Amino acid sequence: MKNLMLFIFLLGISLPKIYAQDDLMKMLDEESKKDKKKDYATATFKTSRLINGHSIENAAAGVLDVKISHRFGMVNKGSYELFGLDQASMRIGLDYGISKRLMIGVGRSTYQKQYDGFGKFKIIRQSTGGNGSWPISVSAVSTVMLKTLKWEDPKRQNYYTSRLSFAHQLLIARKFSEGLSLQLIPSYIHSNLARTVTEPNDIFAMGVGGRIKLTKRLSFNVEYYHVLPISLAEGENYMITGTKNSLAIGFDIETGGHVFQLHFTNSTGMTEKSFITETTGDFFKGDIHFGFNMSRVFTIKQKRKKN
Amino acid sequence: MKKVILCLLFFISAPFADAQNMLMTKTGKVSFTSQAKSPEKVEAENNEVSSIINTQTGDMVFAILIKSFHFASALMEEHFNENYVESNKYPKASFKGKIINLSSVNFSKAGAYAVTVQGELTFHGVTKNLSAPGSITIKPGKISASSKFHVKLKDFNISIPSLVADKISEDIDITIDCTYEPKN
Repeated sequence: MKNLMLFIFLLGISLPKIYAQDDLMKMLDEESKKDKKKDYATATFKTSRLINGHSIENAAAGVLDVKISHRFGMVNKGSYELFGLDQASMRIGLDYGISKRLMIGVGRSTYQKQYDGFGKFKIIRQSTGGNGSWPISVSAVSTVMLKTLKWEDPKRQNYYTSRLSFAHQLLIARKFSEGLSLQLIPSYIHSNLARTVTEPNDIFAMGVGGRIKLTKRLSFNVEYYHVLPISLAEGENYMITGTKNSLAIGFDIETGGHVFQLHFTNSTGMTEKSFITETTGDFFKGDIHFGFNMSRVFTIKQKRKKN
Repeated sequence: MKKVILCLLFFISAPFADAQNMLMTKTGKVSFTSQAKSPEKVEAENNEVSSIINTQTGDMVFAILIKSFHFASALMEEHFNENYVESNKYPKASFKGKIINLSSVNFSKAGAYAVTVQGELTFHGVTKNLSAPGSITIKPGKISASSKFHVKLKDFNISIPSLVADKISEDIDITIDCTYEPKN
């Protein structure tokens, strides 16, 4: 009995009664583990476009993103055209973040005198910790494009709706590490009026893209859209007549409030219908456009401070 | 037998006695501002700072999640996390220190007491010694601590590109404001 008492007594005094700072730190760590704070992947890409198409990023809530994009002429036109720089196809666009998840945008392109409008919604956000974490982010984008070129054949009965086409895309992205992000973009494009009788109105395509961060402010991007054979009738060589799949490679350069995207692509248009289904240049024969997207953000609505 | 039980009680109650000296918060406020001549103010606030003070020894620790610093501008917040403090690599800042003039604080009497805290601040992977003046305010049912000091970005290996050097100052003012509750 005495031994037991002594044992308990010794145990009692040997317990550290005064916590050292490190122990306090451990207490804090344990407390914070209880909270299970969710950590969302941020900045998977530098801006809301990968190159031609959408990236998983949105403009933040209350932020206006002004985008001015150019695709110069083809570099294989030689020095007379200064390797394409004498010509330019351009798009000017305004994107606005309505909420944390929803963003809308409008744009006007010189290509086919197109107007476009889109809505983009974040369905799933890649996250760790907390309840129900996700390994990927998923967003949905729907774009409406309105071609306002004069009718090719004004004599026939032309409908206003014939000018419209639609693109619906899912963006599935994962930020694997600080340096590497990849994205898959299953896409469906519907044109109310196909260019020729043999061309389908509905086209399915799969886009893949990604970025490798070279430095904190510079990244290397690739984006490729493959038109899927299911879109086309058999024997059509699995390509829409006279078109090529869209390929783009480029760099994102971030300087404070601007992001400059400099790239090479075989696509002329900058809307989904244009670059996925109407790219005519052959990248490997030098039908390459040098181009850039310039993005400048303006905070329109300040975040309310949590107090 | 009674003695054993008594002894056991003493032993069991020992840790609880300690807990009573612990003050804790998970909603402490830390904010910082960069004093540059830029029209765009670089400032952010974090309302989720956790901290414990041991009132018996004067030991004091803070744990600060970097991603919980929020800016008015979303882009500034992204750049802060991505380009400057690298919050994925260094998700947490911490401070381990001690109130060196604990004897001048009477935790059972209302009033404001000036204190000096000395310790180590770890931020962006760099640990630096820090001594800062502060005050502990005791009101019935409420104990709060506040402090204002400044740090140099250079000391913590954070470099500012020359392009934005006129927008971000090398000196950062830090304000701490925490209201504690007894830890149970």
